[in-house]
Amino acid sequence: MSFSIFLQHLANGISLGSLYALLAIGYTMVYGILRLINFAHGEIFMVGAYIAFYLMTASFLALPWWLAALIAIAATILFGILVEKFAYSPLRDQPRISVMISAIGASFLIQNLGIVIFGGRPKAFPVPDIFSQIWKIGGVSIVSITFYIPIITLILLTILLYIVNKTKTGMAMRAVSKDYEAARLMGISVDNIISFTFAIGSALACFGGIMWGFKYPQLLPVMGLIPGLKCFIAAVVGGIGDIKGAVLGGFLLGLMEILIVAFFPALTGYRDAFAFILLIVILLVKPTGLMGQNLTEKV
Amino acid sequence: MSILRTDAIIKRFGGLTAVSELSIDLHKNEIVGLIGPNGAGKTTAFNMITGVYQPTEGSVYFDGTDITGIKPHEITKLGVARTFQNIRLFKDLTVLDNVLIANHLRLNSNIFQAVARTANYRKEEKHIYDKSVHLLKEVGLEDLMNEKSSNLPYGKQRKLEIARALATDPKVLLLDEPAAGMNPQESIELMDFIHDIRDRFDLSILMIEHHMKVVMGICEKIYVLDYGVTIAKGNPEEIQNDPKVIEAYLGVE
Amino acid sequence: MKNEKNKVLLNIGAIILLFIVLWFCNSTFDNYKLRILNLSGIYVVLALSMNLINGFTGLFSLGHAGFMAIGAYTSVLLTMDPAMKQMNFFLKPIVPFLANIQLPFPIALICGGIMAGFVAWIIGAPILRLKDDYLAIATLGFGEIVRVIFTNTQSFTNGALGLKGVERYTTIWWSWGIAAITVVFMVLLVKSSYGKAFKAIREDEIAAESMGINLFKHKVTSFVIGSFIAGIGGGLLGHLIGTIDPLMFRFLMTFNILLIVVLGGIGSITGSVVSAVAVTFLLEQMRFLDQAITIGSLELPAVPGMRMVIFAILLMSVILFYPKGLMGREEFEWDKLFSGYYIKRFKVRKKA
Repeated sequence: MSFSIFLQHLANGISLGSLYALLAIGYTMVYGILRLINFAHGEIFMVGAYIAFYLMTASFLALPWWLAALIAIAATILFGILVEKFAYSPLRDQPRISVMISAIGASFLIQNLGIVIFGGRPKAFPVPDIFSQIWKIGGVSIVSITFYIPIITLILLTILLYIVNKTKTGMAMRAVSKDYEAARLMGISVDNIISFTFAIGSALACFGGIMWGFKYPQLLPVMGLIPGLKCFIAAVVGGIGDIKGAVLGGFLLGLMEILIVAFFPALTGYRDAFAFILLIVILLVKPTGLMGQNLTEKV
Repeated sequence: MSILRTDAIIKRFGGLTAVSELSIDLHKNEIVGLIGPNGAGKTTAFNMITGVYQPTEGSVYFDGTDITGIKPHEITKLGVARTFQNIRLFKDLTVLDNVLIANHLRLNSNIFQAVARTANYRKEEKHIYDKSVHLLKEVGLEDLMNEKSSNLPYGKQRKLEIARALATDPKVLLLDEPAAGMNPQESIELMDFIHDIRDRFDLSILMIEHHMKVVMGICEKIYVLDYGVTIAKGNPEEIQNDPKVIEAYLGVE
Repeated sequence: MKNEKNKVLLNIGAIILLFIVLWFCNSTFDNYKLRILNLSGIYVVLALSMNLINGFTGLFSLGHAGFMAIGAYTSVLLTMDPAMKQMNFFLKPIVPFLANIQLPFPIALICGGIMAGFVAWIIGAPILRLKDDYLAIATLGFGEIVRVIFTNTQSFTNGALGLKGVERYTTIWWSWGIAAITVVFMVLLVKSSYGKAFKAIREDEIAAESMGINLFKHKVTSFVIGSFIAGIGGGLLGHLIGTIDPLMFRFLMTFNILLIVVLGGIGSITGSVVSAVAVTFLLEQMRFLDQAITIGSLELPAVPGMRMVIFAILLMSVILFYPKGLMGREEFEWDKLFSGYYIKRFKVRKKA
């Protein structure tokens, strides 16, 4: 493989990794606070993309992409909070199995609602010119979106880390994820913090969905299923509950997927299985993830 | 004759030393107490003896054999049974089922023989049933045999937990705060009860307890822990007059 | 003693009655109705296999579809005659050692089950150490890995093309016969000391271990047995529908069985049986939701996906409002029937 082709693959890997990272963060944050796998997160990603699609393509609207994106993000945030209120919040004191079943049910529900409302046929996502330019770097042609994605992701991450580490709300979030009851006793409105967490996760998922649409411009109601699973796995691999871990896991998975297929084209069919194989390996070798800490249960 | 012995066991969690160099010696048919303020490391000690935790250092010996770090179910099989501070009954199951299950470890039939209900299995099953009902009679719970265990009043739940532990045919019984939540009358009954089962089942008993009346009433030997360190050891009278013990519990003037 | 004997007689009577009903159905039902009846029997088997692992032992395993696939493919590859195999494997020839094997249906079914159980045993060792959520995701991952592998191993499974022309060996007697055997097996198992040990693990692992129960050995046992039965269910399914392909065994399949188990009551054998039959019929009745409906002169267009929407709503309603499902953890008991227990409970439910 020539070096320039390798660069192309590397760029794609970093791009995909960024998208995975954005989604993985949502999973890890929710799990950190609620010990819940938000199976519906992939569907929130899908809904964000579709909302943006309709805002951009509906003939009477035809909004510019950045405006559509902003509105879509606001709508997706609302959607994410609603999912939490209806599917998870009522089950907060129930055994974990119940919440998980509810999450799986919500995921299936939203997916199939998507099929009913949006139709099962793929839709072409409109890609603005700025993202579809072809840039020539080092003798290689790479479409511009590939570079914009990691850059935007980096900016979002910086903002997120600032919120989590330097604001009061962020501190409250960290408190709730360490000790739910104690945080409540300290006067933190746990319900609001949970909603806020879902809001952030949903916003990031929406960003991810829109950028995904720009890079892979084919929308399907089931588009969130596989990436959703993969990104949860990425979060686990990196260390569930840890934002940095989610980012690390996302990039690792994205790079791995692209590069393995690049070097071993015969394995293309197994691409989706890589994530699961990586998951099982990590769960056996270091279950708390690459950046995770050990938690012992008190007897 | 020593039946259960810990040899300077230490448990560290990261930078925190929960138990440091604990050396307990339980003799056959003795009733020994382990006391100390909350957080002193008593349950951690129990967990190390029963295999739930691995001691960071030191060894545990049962009847002469080194059982350090052996899995909990194997230690129970060898003859060390326990109850829990927070009562861990099988909540959704009946009183009888709780005790029946504790006999499972002695079952010789394999799963296929069990499902096929072979003659051998049915004999074992009957034996387990009779033994469990008998045990429930001994602790006075046989009327409540088919009640859901979580429906029982607190005091009876504790008794059930003890009956369940007895069903495993132990030689050593570890009781974690058996008198917790009991009123004075119940505590006295408990004391008689513990004496009784010690004699009837030929047990050696190690107990964690906060009820001083109970401890001083039935323990022949007492170890006192504070912040994981053994600060005193002796018979009830010695312990009651030990200034270090008084300081640990009541603080210095 | 007398009571016990009476119960056994009643049970045998019930089974005989079942077979009389089945014989009647077999002689009078048309193919469509028979297919649904067969399907419900198979779902009884599958629901029970999931309930053993998830409901009775408390292991949240989401990999059921994977074991079904293993069972289905194994049994189909063993019953298919060499000529049909050659026709199927036109893209890439089948692996030589499989090309000429042909075994009778019952043996092939059992082989399918054994294969599924064997794989469960191998992955169980590492995977069952994981807790709750992690176990769920790991088993889900396993199911997906199986599907991806089957899609790509052209010379073993014919890949995405699947296998067509499978001999339809599954009759009412096979599906419901095996369902009846599975029910009897489950009842005997759950009531035995081992069944109680499984329940203890579900209730409180730490306490169970302290009572001398070898957690690992029992978890693996439950997992292997459940997967074995799932493999048989997969084999029955394959020989009912007549074709199999990897897409049949994606997570949606596990979801359907999960729905049945949750509706019936996680931890109730009776619940699983009733729910399996009810949901199978419901699934069929609801087919109309996915197709165009003509009311008089009004034509409502087909809304694909509507059926699954309803089912997802059904699952969520149950888990949010009736988490215990139909039976909770209770079982059908003759005593309860005769004492009017079920009538009382039904009245209370209606009031509430």
